Amino acid sequence: MTDPVLIEARGLTKHFPLRKGFILGRNLGTVRAVDGVDFDIRTGETLALVGESGCGKSTTGRLLLRLVEPTAGSIRYKGEDVAALAGEALRARRRDLQIIFQDPVGSLNPRMTVGEILAEPLVIHGIGDAAGRARRVRELLSLVGLAQHHARRYPHEFSGGQRQRVGIARALALQPAFLVCDEPVSALDVSIQAQIINLMQELQRELRLTYLFISHNLAVVRHIASRVAVMYLGRIVELAETDELFARPRHPYTQALLSAVPTPDPDRPRRRIQLQGDVPSPINPPAGCRFHTRCPLAEAQCRIVEPVLHAVAPGHAAACHLVRPIS
Amino acid sequence: MTTADLTDDDRGMLGRIVDPALLRRLFRNRSFAIGFTMFVVVVLIAFFADLLAPHDPLQNNYRYRLGEPNQVHLLGTDNFGRDILSRVLHGSRVSLVIGLLVVMLTAVFGTLIGAVSGYVRQLDNVIMRVMDGLMAFPPILLAIAIGATLGPSLFNAVIALTVAYTPRTARIVRASVLVVRETEFVEAARALGAGHLRILFRHILANSLAPLIVQLTFIFALSILAEAVLSYIGVGPRPPTPTFGNIIAEGRNYIAEAPWITIWPGIAIMTTVLGLNLLGDGLRDVLDPRLRVEGR
Repeated sequence: MTDPVLIEARGLTKHFPLRKGFILGRNLGTVRAVDGVDFDIRTGETLALVGESGCGKSTTGRLLLRLVEPTAGSIRYKGEDVAALAGEALRARRRDLQIIFQDPVGSLNPRMTVGEILAEPLVIHGIGDAAGRARRVRELLSLVGLAQHHARRYPHEFSGGQRQRVGIARALALQPAFLVCDEPVSALDVSIQAQIINLMQELQRELRLTYLFISHNLAVVRHIASRVAVMYLGRIVELAETDELFARPRHPYTQALLSAVPTPDPDRPRRRIQLQGDVPSPINPPAGCRFHTRCPLAEAQCRIVEPVLHAVAPGHAAACHLVRPIS
Repeated sequence: MTTADLTDDDRGMLGRIVDPALLRRLFRNRSFAIGFTMFVVVVLIAFFADLLAPHDPLQNNYRYRLGEPNQVHLLGTDNFGRDILSRVLHGSRVSLVIGLLVVMLTAVFGTLIGAVSGYVRQLDNVIMRVMDGLMAFPPILLAIAIGATLGPSLFNAVIALTVAYTPRTARIVRASVLVVRETEFVEAARALGAGHLRILFRHILANSLAPLIVQLTFIFALSILAEAVLSYIGVGPRPPTPTFGNIIAEGRNYIAEAPWITIWPGIAIMTTVLGLNLLGDGLRDVLDPRLRVEGR
C-alpha cells in the first residue's frame, strides 16, 4: 500500500476522429475510445484492467506507452510527464516502458530469427557490442525458459507458448520497470496459460516489475492482480483491491460482470445478472451514466448526471450514483 | 532514424527470402519448375549469344536476301540478307536487358513510392491520385506516348516502360505496407524506440516482398512484349539493333514471301513470356497462397 506510485494517469483521453473522403474529408463524429480515465499504478503491483471488447482497455495500455497519442490528459512516470516527451527523450524513456502482446504469431517479425528479435532492442539503443548482445540474448532466453539454440530459429518454428516467451524476453531486453500486458494469455491453450502466468509472476518478483494487466478473463485476473480497474465505454467504473472487488463489487456493471464467471460447484446457487441489449456505440455514448441504458437499477438522475469515481470504502472507488460515498 | 541503425548484423533481404526449404517448395511446383527452366534457357542463350550465333547479326548479304532456311542460314535471312538465327539470338540479349532494366527500375521506384504512400499517411492521397492518373492510360499507350516524345532508343524505351508499370507496382507495395504496418511486431518495434527507417525496411518492407516479387516477374514478361510493340511501331531501340520487336517489324512487309523472318522472333517472344508467366504463377502459388486459383 505504501509503495510509491510509478505510473499516474490523469484525465487520459483518446478520441479517434471518424473521417471519410478525399484530402480534407467530412468529419463523421468521434469515437470516444478512452474518455477521461484516472488511475495510479504503484511500484511492484499488478493493476488489472478488465472490461468487454471495445471498452477501451487496450487503447488505455497503448496510451501509457505513447503507441497511441493521447487526445488529452497526462501520464506521469516517476513524476515525469510522458505525454509531453518527444524525439530523443521519448526514445530513451521507452526503455522503461514495454509491452507484451496478445497474439504470439503477429507480434514476432517472421523474417527475423529469435536471436535477432531479442538483440534488436539493444541495437536500437546502442547497448553493448556484438559479443555483449549475444551474451544478453542468451541471458534473456534462459530467463524465460528457452534454450540457447532457439536463438537461431525463426518464430514459425515455435509453439504458441514458446513464442509468447520470446515476446516476453523481447520486452525485458531493455530492463524496463513497467510492462503493459495486453491479454498476454488469451490466445494460448489453457494448460499453457498457467505456465505463462507463473513465468510472469516469477519475473515480476525477480525483476521487481510493475504490470498493467489487460484482460477479460476474470479468473486469471483474480489470480495475478493486486488491484482491478473495471472499464465500461471508455471510463473506469470501479477500482479496488482484487479481493475486495471480487468479494464486494459495488457498481452494477461489475456485479453483472462477476456474476457471469462460471463457478466450479454446480450446486452452488448462482444469481446471474443478465444485462439487456448491447454496449452502446462509443461514437455517441449515452448522456448521464454511460451504463444507464443497460443498468437494472437505473433511476432518473442516472440518465442526466454523469457519476464520478468516488471512494465507497477504503481503497475502493466506484462511479455510481446508487453507491453511497464514505464520509 | 538514420541509415546507420540498419547496418549492424543485417543479412541482405534476399538472404532471408531464399532459404532452402522455400527453394524446395518452389521446385516442387510444376509451373515454377517449367517456367524457371524455360527462362534460364533463354537467359543462357542471351548470355552466350556471341558464341552461339553462326553469323554477325548486322552483316548484310545482298546476294542472299529473303533467303529460305538452309544449311548456312538455319532460320533463313531477312531483306538485307542478315542471318535470322543470329539476329534472334542477339535480339534475346537486348530484349532481356530491357526487361531486366524495367524490372529493376520499377522495383526501386514502385517500392519507394508505395512504401512512402503506405507509411506516411498524409502523402498517401496525393501520391495515389497521381498514380491513379497514370494508371488511367493503358500502359502500352502511355509507353508509346512517352517513347515517341523522347525519341526511339533503348534507354528511352526503358524509361517509358518504367513510367508505365511503376504505378501498378507502387499500388501493390502500398497495399502490403498498409497491412504489415498494423501488425503487432511493428508496434513492438515502435515500443522499443525503433526509428522510421528501421521499421519501414526491416519490419514492414521485409514482410511485403512476396507480392512484389510475383508482380515483377509479370512486369518482366510484359516489358518484353511491350518492347516488341514499341519496336514494331518504331519507338523502341533503333534498327538495325536486333530486338525481338525490331526483327518482326522489319519482316512484316515480307510475311507472305519470307514468313521465317517474323515467325522465329515471334516464337522467341512467346517462349520467353510463357516461361516468365509460368514462373510468376508458380512463385505466386508458393509465396502468396491466398491468391491461388482453384483447380491447379
